[in-house]
Amino acid sequence: MVSLSEFLMLAALLFGIGMAGIIINRKNIIMLLMSIELMLLAVNTNFIAFSYFQNNTVGQVFVFFILTVAAAEAAIGLAILVVLFRRSHTIEVEKLDTLKG
Amino acid sequence: MTFYQLIFYAFSTVAVFSGLMVVASNNPVRGALFLVLTFFAMSGVWLLLQAEFLALILVLVYVGAVMTLFLFVVMMLRVNVVGMFEGFVRYFPLALFVIMVIAGISIMVIGPARFGLLSMPAPGIKPDDFSNIKEIGMVLYTDYAYPFEISAVMLLTAIIAAISLSHRKTKK
Repeated sequence: MVSLSEFLMLAALLFGIGMAGIIINRKNIIMLLMSIELMLLAVNTNFIAFSYFQNNTVGQVFVFFILTVAAAEAAIGLAILVVLFRRSHTIEVEKLDTLKG
Repeated sequence: MTFYQLIFYAFSTVAVFSGLMVVASNNPVRGALFLVLTFFAMSGVWLLLQAEFLALILVLVYVGAVMTLFLFVVMMLRVNVVGMFEGFVRYFPLALFVIMVIAGISIMVIGPARFGLLSMPAPGIKPDDFSNIKEIGMVLYTDYAYPFEISAVMLLTAIIAAISLSHRKTKK
């Protein structure tokens, strides 16, 4: 059998990869959104692993809500991205400095 | 090595590899497609954890809807792929450092000493008529009925927000 700590290590690896993606990609907001999806996937895997090993369904209900919120977040984020591109013709992170104080 | 372990390691290798490719690819379309592969592999891992409903939801909702939306937006925006890779070399050491710190700390904390099979034994085999969907429904529609309704309202808000944001106003 596979132990709980191996599932958790897989999730930790995916979370680290997602976080590194946020640091690396300064050129493209879409890649940032994808990295966030990767991190959310890792968190959901943690929830499901604990729910399986503790025989508790509530963890899966939590993942259900997280998936709902993540879908809404992706939809609104991409809509904002489209408006942003229409207005400033770029989605590079470093060029979006109009709010510079 | 049992068959279960073989499947687990195969799926997790695919997931980690395609996750790395998502981060490292300079073409957003390729990144999105590798993210789809990651979702498929992780849904396999979720199936191993006996969360069948959520594994299918992951494939249907994420791969079927959210990633399609991503691909549409990626192809709609004319992003120049040429200069996309500039920050990679510059920020790579920092990213490597962050990966090492996060993975190192978590592996120290979640190591086999605390969450191994001895301290967290695998649950027994479920009876034949066990239904994961029924279990989730029993909890979701009783204890969590109110958050369920709130999430429905939130989805409605998201629809209205997305449409009103991206609806192009025609100039007269």
